[in-house]
Amino acid sequence: MSGSAIYGLAAEFSTPEAILTAAGQAREAGYTKMDAYTPFPVADLDEALGMQPTRLGWAVLFAGTIGALLGFFMQWYANVIAWPLLNIGGRPLNDWPSFIVITFEVSVLFAAFTAGLLMLARNGLPQPYHPIFNAPNFAGVSRDKFLLCIEATDGQFDLRETKAFLMELKPNRVDEVAL
Amino acid sequence: MATTSKRIETDRVIAPGQTYGSLDDLITKPVLTPLLKTPLGWFLGFGFSLALLMLFMVTVYVLITTGMGIFGNNQPVAWAFPIINLVWWIGIGHAGTMISAILLLVRQDWRTSINRFAEAMTLFAVACAGLFPILHLGRPWVFYWLMPYPNTMDLWPQFRSPLAWDVFAITAYASVSALFWFIGLLPDLATLRDRAQHPVARLIYGALSLGWRGSAKHWQRYTRAYLLLAALAAPLVVSVHTTISFDFAVTQVPGWNNTIMPPYFVAGALFAGFAMVLILAIPLRKMFGFEGLITLKHLDNSAKVMLATGLFVAYGYLIELFIGWYSGTEFERYMVLNRLFGDYTWAFWTLIAFNVLAIQPLWFKSVRQTPWALFVIAILVSIGMWLERFVIISVSLTRDFMPSAWHNYQPTTWDFTLFLGSIGLFLTLWFLFLRFLPAIATAEVKELIHHDAVHHAKEAKS
Repeated sequence: MSGSAIYGLAAEFSTPEAILTAAGQAREAGYTKMDAYTPFPVADLDEALGMQPTRLGWAVLFAGTIGALLGFFMQWYANVIAWPLLNIGGRPLNDWPSFIVITFEVSVLFAAFTAGLLMLARNGLPQPYHPIFNAPNFAGVSRDKFLLCIEATDGQFDLRETKAFLMELKPNRVDEVAL
Repeated sequence: MATTSKRIETDRVIAPGQTYGSLDDLITKPVLTPLLKTPLGWFLGFGFSLALLMLFMVTVYVLITTGMGIFGNNQPVAWAFPIINLVWWIGIGHAGTMISAILLLVRQDWRTSINRFAEAMTLFAVACAGLFPILHLGRPWVFYWLMPYPNTMDLWPQFRSPLAWDVFAITAYASVSALFWFIGLLPDLATLRDRAQHPVARLIYGALSLGWRGSAKHWQRYTRAYLLLAALAAPLVVSVHTTISFDFAVTQVPGWNNTIMPPYFVAGALFAGFAMVLILAIPLRKMFGFEGLITLKHLDNSAKVMLATGLFVAYGYLIELFIGWYSGTEFERYMVLNRLFGDYTWAFWTLIAFNVLAIQPLWFKSVRQTPWALFVIAILVSIGMWLERFVIISVSLTRDFMPSAWHNYQPTTWDFTLFLGSIGLFLTLWFLFLRFLPAIATAEVKELIHHDAVHHAKEAKS
């Protein structure tokens, strides 16, 4: 481990296929603390980097269920507890078929905002600063460049050796990323 | 850049030979042009829209200071222009959600280059739609009474009423659409942050992009969240227009009380919505040179959806008339006769001409791939769909049960200015969107370019 204060080493590739291969090789070489930065989602890249699948779907299911329960409870409470006075055509106070639409809408509202906001939260966004922004070619990531960054905190990281390893993957260039 | 700047008409989902970089340049160019170098056409369009928006503001001012009496609404026609406009606008919005959500779930890759502006259309249409019931309240400043909240009056909304369902449906729809749109924009805002030259533009796009960095972990959660949002938005959009149709279907009014209303309304919404997509897309692709991205394939497919939903709607008209006769009810039979030959017979036959006859040329591929013809048909369909709501909502009310309660409906000038003004609101938002945000989802189209290249390389090999 070198003592210099850098975030990591970033290798630049031009195609999704190249970065997919590079990520697989880096993982085989034993690197674990790394991430790839791409202009659009590259299928299977998360697996190639050894990332766990996301559990967002379960959270959304949970939130949707909570939303449905709350939505129904609100209507039940209003009609049965708070205002048990309205006799409309002799219908029961707990007139559940009338409550279906709002229950559904509240459920979707909860589930959708959980999906969107939890995705942002788990990704740590909003985050105005991140060391990878220091990569000299980072602006290319939102255009047509694919970066593979091996982080300095990786147990196997060694400035010279890791750089040599990355060069073997035939990138366009390899840069040190300042912390 | 060279390949995309040439104006090529193509049948494929996107024109071949585009690179990630050339695509970026093409899409971000109108957004990153310095303000003073904005094309004159934009200023003309924006100015016209803003003038209409002012008409809207004046009408709202008069409405609030004078009251609902400025409109033609009265007994028995208590529901007229404001409700017609609500249904018209929200129906238009539905096509955007259909394109972005339902077509994503069924893996239609042609949705990719039109989903962004179609979603923007949804948002703006829902904004227009939402204003009408609020302005129609009589006391629009207490609109929040529609929401359940702890209040000193100790009252709740009437949860058994479809009108209260509407409040929830439209609010949920507007919020979820806005979220879906913003999440979709996130990677493109990062692109703009990295491309923008002006420090103010960089600051604004930088803040809006929330620090998006396109990491593999980000994308993993992002694509999952996007898919989940699509899966949630798909039933939501169906529920919204279904709920709106309940406003009519659960009443006793002849012409409203039909079990066919929910599917018939949803089909009508998509029909009008795809017409609006075409009305917006055809000038857009010409203006910005997007012919290689919004190709004849998109126009063709949108026209096919329009034809299919138009036939659903035509079936709806037929069934309404048939059931009117088959019910054996005097009032229902009279409703049919009144529609066909009554005082508003012109409205009925015009809507049949525009919604049923005018779309028949779409059976031919040559028509589906002629932009000007599609534009004309789409305009006719938009007018036809407005008239359809007029006939269903207001004409039904003019003749209900007791002849002593019959009365014709006469809209006032303010009815028309509020409607035209809402078009101004829609177009103003649309022009601002075109100027400040990318009209096409760059990250998604890049993925499409990649797929396209791989797919065609495979084809070439075999």
